[in-house]
Amino acid sequence: MKLVLALIALAALAFMPSFAGPYPLGLMIGILGYGVLATAWAMFSGPTRYISLATVAFFGLGAYTVAVLSETLPYPVVLLVAALIGLVVALIVGLATLRLAGIYFVIFTFGLTELVRQLVTYYEVNVTRTLGRYVFLPLGPEHIYWQLLALLAATLAIAFWVRQSRIGLALRVIGDDPVVASHLGIRITRTKLTLFSISCVIMTLAGAIQAPRWTYIEPSIVFNPTTSFLVVIMALLGGPNRLFGPLLGAIPLFLLFEWLSANFPNHYSIILGLLFIAIVFVLPNGVLAAGESLWARMTRKEARA
Amino acid sequence: MTLLSLKGVTKRFGGLTAVNGLSFDLREGETVGLLGPNGSGKTTALNMISGYLPVSEGTIALGGDTISGLGPERIAHRGVARTFQLVRALPSLSVGENVLAALAFRREPVWGKAAESRINDLLSDVGLAGRAGQPADSLTYIDLKRMELARALASEPSLLLLDEWLAGLNPTELRAGIDLITSLRDRGITILLVEHVMDAVRALCSRCIVMNAGGKIAEGPTADVLADGEVIRAYLGEEHA
Ligand SMILES: Nc1ncnc2c1ncn2[C@@H]1O[C@H](COP(=O)(O)OP(=O)(O)O)[C@@H](O)[C@H]1O
Ligand SMILES: [Mg+2]
Repeated sequence: MKLVLALIALAALAFMPSFAGPYPLGLMIGILGYGVLATAWAMFSGPTRYISLATVAFFGLGAYTVAVLSETLPYPVVLLVAALIGLVVALIVGLATLRLAGIYFVIFTFGLTELVRQLVTYYEVNVTRTLGRYVFLPLGPEHIYWQLLALLAATLAIAFWVRQSRIGLALRVIGDDPVVASHLGIRITRTKLTLFSISCVIMTLAGAIQAPRWTYIEPSIVFNPTTSFLVVIMALLGGPNRLFGPLLGAIPLFLLFEWLSANFPNHYSIILGLLFIAIVFVLPNGVLAAGESLWARMTRKEARA
Repeated sequence: MTLLSLKGVTKRFGGLTAVNGLSFDLREGETVGLLGPNGSGKTTALNMISGYLPVSEGTIALGGDTISGLGPERIAHRGVARTFQLVRALPSLSVGENVLAALAFRREPVWGKAAESRINDLLSDVGLAGRAGQPADSLTYIDLKRMELARALASEPSLLLLDEWLAGLNPTELRAGIDLITSLRDRGITILLVEHVMDAVRALCSRCIVMNAGGKIAEGPTADVLADGEVIRAYLGEEHA
């Protein structure tokens, strides 16, 4: 029943480009893009509570791969290469960082983004002797929209599967208590690495698919750390441990930030920073969860009164 | 048949030697008490057996194979399960999921429909029948201990390590707890029992090993060990000797 509803919603959304104008379509692309990133982020960070700020490192790698290879290879092959690059980087980063915990992990993933950006810049300046790149692909916004919609559907399907599967349970046990996890026979590194990699490959694809939108790409555009912060806020706002939570968080926040960046371009990052702090410290389980527990407390009080 | 064998096992934390050259054997099916005053190294010894801490020196063997050097997940797969002195529940999981977590990652995993009935059996074995759906963080202390035991039993261990599992229970609960451990012993599970409750030790353990300041000071049949002058001094201080 739920599957039927989901398929109907998907089909309806697939028709959207045929009647929506360019502006709403652009907004929808943004929402889908962030919906994918937030859902993928929460797949790993929700159960483990590892706040990763590396989202844009993978997103940017995907976009850059398309920018570099789109002239030489067929588009589907380019996407495949992007996914592979994302996978390899995720495995390296995962092995290096997943033993870190708490704030060290946060800082490392933040630093990683800068490192990747510097490496790409170095490569471009010293090896290929170009910094910016043009992406000319015969893909209109509606193609990007459809690809992102398909990626979002796939991401939600994977997230759904993870929640039902042993590996999803393993990750929740690790998030609660890694010592217990290991004593129950759970292979901690393997489990974290697997889900971290799945999550990062999806982020890489999200960047790759959106690359043609920019036409002109350079490291400071596609490796913008704001993206990583936004994704964390979206996922935490909607609730990182619910299937649709991150997507539900992405919709209002994307619209809010579109509006803020258009109307308050100078104060935008301050507002973003404050929101980040507030949500990470005050509502780490999401606004929906906080609302629910508040509701539960109020109804319990009423019952007692 | 010897199930567990420690030879010269030592653990140092910086300058502190928490366990010092500890050697003993457990035969299959035995319930053995590991006694000693606070800080004598009992928990550290369990931590090395379960793989939580690496040994600084010495070897631990299970069924003839060396297990010191393996991680806890490997040792768990060889049939060692434990409870913790300070209960470690998985607070964001339900009671049933706490047990499922053990079933699902055993060497022969139990999952899906088969797991559901196993969970119910395991929970009713420890007196938590019908509580599978409850959040783990809503349980009382004694029920958390029960849940932790059900989780340990879910892996069908050949060796069970209990770290002061009976501590903090009232007399009625203690009676029930001793009966529960007796039933595990009668099922043939080998148990290493760290315990301060002497009535329980007398009722459950055929043999005891006593530690003090990291070393073994006595080993033998429970009645003999508990009558030993050195043990009484270590445990209760000079005035009781
Ligand atoms: N992880 C650790 N780091 C440093 N010292 C420890 C650690 N664990 C235990 N100790 C020390 O080792 C000694 C033995 O502790 P423990 O094994 O817990 O004793 P027991 O369980 O017999 O009360 C104590 O002095 C304790 O402070
Ligand atoms: Mg102890």
